[in-house]
Amino acid sequence: MAGKIRAFGAFAYDFVVGDDWRVAVGVVAALAATYWLSHAVKAASWWVVPAVLAVLIPLTLWRAVRKG
Amino acid sequence: MGTGAVLFISVFIACVVEAVEATTIVLAAGTSRDWRSATSGLFAGIAVLAAITAALGPAVTRLPLPALRVFVGALLLVFGLQWLRKAILRASGHKDLHDEEAIYRKQLAAAAAAPRQRAGLIPDGYAFTLSFKGVLLEGLEVVFIAITFGSNAKDLPLAAIAAVAAVVVVALAGLAVRAPLARVPENTMKFVVAVLLTTFGTFWGAEGAGAKWPGSDTALLVIGPAVALFALTLVAVLRRSGAAYQAKPAAAEVR
Repeated sequence: MAGKIRAFGAFAYDFVVGDDWRVAVGVVAALAATYWLSHAVKAASWWVVPAVLAVLIPLTLWRAVRKG
Repeated sequence: MGTGAVLFISVFIACVVEAVEATTIVLAAGTSRDWRSATSGLFAGIAVLAAITAALGPAVTRLPLPALRVFVGALLLVFGLQWLRKAILRASGHKDLHDEEAIYRKQLAAAAAAPRQRAGLIPDGYAFTLSFKGVLLEGLEVVFIAITFGSNAKDLPLAAIAAVAAVVVVALAGLAVRAPLARVPENTMKFVVAVLLTTFGTFWGAEGAGAKWPGSDTALLVIGPAVALFALTLVAVLRRSGAAYQAKPAAAEVR
């Protein structure tokens, strides 16, 4: 049973997170920052996710290319 | 183009890509092993997918819209970035191109080498399992895309129709040719789907977290082209980096 749960966890992780967990962490951090800016600071926050993606995508590609 | 048309086309293209991959696996199982077992695996996979959809669909739509948008937006974004990463690496020659013919040949060889074992009413357990797993795994992505897009756009039935239409079109084409659908421009379609997933994930995720997009829904018309342009620029940069190896079309990867 524990083995099956582990296998399902591994499948779910691969299905959602995939090859680079940093991307998932970056997305969650970007959405958290958007939430904070919108609700606590009450400032314009639409730019946060695009700005994070502009850094995150080249970074994950650079890691993938470096790994070969 | 209306929102409904955008939703339909987005879900349809994404689901065609997944359906092509599932069809390749079922064809390999049926051709090399046993059609009855492969077909049973196909229907068993569809039945499990229908149960998952019936359970997940209503549960997702019951979430309040902001929570739904941030949750689904985050999932779409993480999922879309996975696709975009692979699509850019493939287009720039840093990853093998997805080749249905090569995958089909590999599946055929593996299936031919496996021993034949009867499992209850199923004449060939291997063909059943291969077909079942292929349909379930690729189908999960179809379900995921249809539910996330449909629930966010508040039109789950239209998304479901687009998904079913894609699956039916590909299944009929697969049955007609009885060969992998290698002529479908799968790598280009995957690139387009990656851009779509990233675009909608960015828009819905940020909106769910409280952001107000300038121009409201029309911001999508800027985000989409911007993501596509950025991805194409990265492809060009990576191609020029000189580190690229020659992409061999004999891909062994199924996803």
